[in-house]
Amino acid sequence: MSEVITVNLKIWRQEGPDKEGHFEEHAQKITTEASFLEMIDVLNEDLNNKGLEPVAIESDCREGICGTCGVMINGQAHGPRKATTTCQLHMREFSDGDQIVIEPFRAGSFPVIRDLVVDRSPFDQIIESGGYISVNTGAASDANLTPVPKEAADQAFDAAACIGCGACVAACPNSAAQLFTSAKIAHMGSLPQGQPERWKRTESMVGTMEEFFGSCTNHGECHEACPKEISLDFIAFMNRDYMKAKIKNRALSGQR
Amino acid sequence: MPNETTRGSLNMETETNTLLDSRVPSGPLEDKWENHKFSMKLVNPNNKRKFDVIVVGTGLAGASAAASLGELGYKVKAFTFHDSPRRAHSIAAQGGINAAKNYKNDGDSVYRLFYDTIKGGDYRSREANVHRLAEVSTNIIDQATAQGVPFAREYGGLLDNRSFGGAQVSRTFYARGQTGQQLLLGAYSAMMRQVSAGSVELHTRSELLDVVTKDGKACGIVTRDLLSGEVSAHSAHAVVLATGGYGNVYFLSTNAMMSNVTAAWRAHRRGAFFANPCYTQIHPTCIPASDDFQSKLTLMSESLRNDGRIWVPDAFDDSRPAHEIPENERDYYLETKYPAFGNLVPRDVASRNAKNVVDQGHGVGPLKNGVYLDFAAAVERDGQDAISAKYGNLFDMYESITGENPYEVPMRIYPAIHYTMGGVWVDYNLMTTIPGLYAIGEANFSDHGANRLGASALMQGLADGYFVLPYTIGDGLADQLGNPAVSTDDPVFTNAVSAIEDETAKWLSINGTRSVDYFHRELGRLVWDHIGMSRNKEGLEKAISEISALKEEFYSDVRVLGSADTLNLSLEKAGRVSDFFELAELMAHDALKREESCGGHFREEHQTPEGEAQRDDEGFAHVAAWEWNGAGSLQTRHVEQLDFENVTLTQRSYK
Repeated sequence: MSEVITVNLKIWRQEGPDKEGHFEEHAQKITTEASFLEMIDVLNEDLNNKGLEPVAIESDCREGICGTCGVMINGQAHGPRKATTTCQLHMREFSDGDQIVIEPFRAGSFPVIRDLVVDRSPFDQIIESGGYISVNTGAASDANLTPVPKEAADQAFDAAACIGCGACVAACPNSAAQLFTSAKIAHMGSLPQGQPERWKRTESMVGTMEEFFGSCTNHGECHEACPKEISLDFIAFMNRDYMKAKIKNRALSGQR
Repeated sequence: MPNETTRGSLNMETETNTLLDSRVPSGPLEDKWENHKFSMKLVNPNNKRKFDVIVVGTGLAGASAAASLGELGYKVKAFTFHDSPRRAHSIAAQGGINAAKNYKNDGDSVYRLFYDTIKGGDYRSREANVHRLAEVSTNIIDQATAQGVPFAREYGGLLDNRSFGGAQVSRTFYARGQTGQQLLLGAYSAMMRQVSAGSVELHTRSELLDVVTKDGKACGIVTRDLLSGEVSAHSAHAVVLATGGYGNVYFLSTNAMMSNVTAAWRAHRRGAFFANPCYTQIHPTCIPASDDFQSKLTLMSESLRNDGRIWVPDAFDDSRPAHEIPENERDYYLETKYPAFGNLVPRDVASRNAKNVVDQGHGVGPLKNGVYLDFAAAVERDGQDAISAKYGNLFDMYESITGENPYEVPMRIYPAIHYTMGGVWVDYNLMTTIPGLYAIGEANFSDHGANRLGASALMQGLADGYFVLPYTIGDGLADQLGNPAVSTDDPVFTNAVSAIEDETAKWLSINGTRSVDYFHRELGRLVWDHIGMSRNKEGLEKAISEISALKEEFYSDVRVLGSADTLNLSLEKAGRVSDFFELAELMAHDALKREESCGGHFREEHQTPEGEAQRDDEGFAHVAAWEWNGAGSLQTRHVEQLDFENVTLTQRSYK
């Protein structure tokens, strides 16, 4: 049943990318029925009414699928509940008097834009560098012409479930983006449609990833933080394909 | 623009004016699109690069259009106000996408999909558009599969289908409960390939705030960079709006927080007619609001009604927990009233009945604002494992939001706004009443009539973007060969830019006492109460006067803090809410003028003796498209007559 609790918030405020940031404290009363973001909505309405600028925080679908939201809650990306995005976290996870420290996702490649909002555009650049299957509109054959084993389709889906929120990078001590990148590589690499560009795609996407992000040292924090529980196996898939690509891509161009 | 000179009350006394021409080609229904494709003018491959095309919005419709136009060789500029194109709300669609593949050998065909969609839309859509939609539906599945969209498959490796409401065949393709996500990622990756190839220039975190016209033709847009606040002009030979629906006018809806009507509305203010704004769809199975701070509603898949039984207590204001209410004190109202369809009546019927019982005081839950959807009988019949295999992820989602376990206590559900069938009026070429301006996907009004069938939104968005617009846009561009795009130094652009800069500054200078969200929430209440699931003359008139009063208060008392040259979420929202106010007024006028009930539009004055929707095909088998005549002036109601040459109009019955 619902009850009203008071939580002590410690929230990161930062006016802009080049400004110094600091923590701001607020005691917030809230019903446990509310979602975490609705608690912030209430805080922001109170701040606005007092003539203080609301906290900048992003969210959109509030159904855990668009990947827009995401903050560090008491040091954990998306907070304490496993396999849950920030927007799906509810205040019943907290007790009266709890302190909640709220920070933006921290990573060198995700610079803070304002307060809790960061720039995750390097993810789009990784996709741009090869995260697609090249098929022009209208050029496709009948969908059932190429049977795909159910197991392959299921594996592709498991990888494709990634929502691109960036929690993996924020949770990683090295700010590595292996889980995000490998999910896309494994999604396409598992399907027959993805084979023609498999090796080129892998080299190119890994190359772009490394321009922006740190290296993977197998901590596994990314998987723990992932709201969609993307498997670490996909990182192994990507590493294997990257090695193979170094040989296959040369072979393809006749430089054996 | 919150001042009296540019924004005022829309005291519309409606009037019917000219008949609109939909430019539907002649000939037999099944040949229209084929013939039209041949008769349209073409732009040769080398000339395509001489044309700039702006696509606003990167959901299913926008991303698929941008990708396809880029592949053809046009110079495309794609705009999204999100941080990444992949965030568009298409991503949240759960159920699936229809296509007339007939892979199940169960009697499906292009004609059957056409027929089901026309009937499901309660005979208020254009036959030729809907037939074209059914024709290209099969290409969408081929295209998406080739892109690597991981649709559900059978063990033999071929694609699986399931059935959906409003159809008696299995034609819905799906990717678990995340079909929208997978289709959007497919369209997004196709677009990113074109970004990489240099044919699509991507502008993220850029919000359209005006559509610019010169000599009556669309020549570009004005956007605001949401990070730097910079207002800038972009010119092109054609502009495509793919900016979604307006469900958030209700404040609480299943739409995403940022979904809005601004792009469509600003185009409307520049001369694009807005059609059938009163056609809104309510989804019957959403989780009811739990408190006053509720920010949005979450949809639970309609498939739950296959096994759940809907009931409320017989007694008024019954506070006993569900399990303490004996069987003979429960009202399974859908099963009693509609013995043939029971809990599986269509969305609008299920929704209105839920509203009736809650309004009468039978509501359940802490706020008495829901009805039970009970799985006890199904668990007893099939076992918990069987139910969990079917609905496990939905039950988990319900529990994570409400903290209640649906295996033990019945779910509570209530209808919520989910989709809007109305939108920018377009002709057969998807062009608006402004030459050179197109609208695709949910942003237009075209294919769903007064009610959309499940799994048809994804189909329409992708049909428009992949397979219709890329053909029809060439017909409009061919004549412009040799004409450069209008320079952004032209006064039409510089004036539009400074008007937007003034508007932005105005919001910051009002310095009232209440937040933008406060006004949005209050507006939403009014719209929900009077232009929601059921409407009547008195309520609609009340809505018109109350919305107008609240709007005046908004313009004088809203408080937007901060500055215009940084990320400022309240400032962004102020403009969007301002457009919702004007839209809400038009919705009320449109609903008032449509003196019939059809699909999602239920006028209490027009019902059968059994309380079902009563259409008036003599008087209202038409599209109502509204023309903006300046703030504070009457809007003109134009009519496009709908001719049904292939289907016979019947009254729906689910008894």
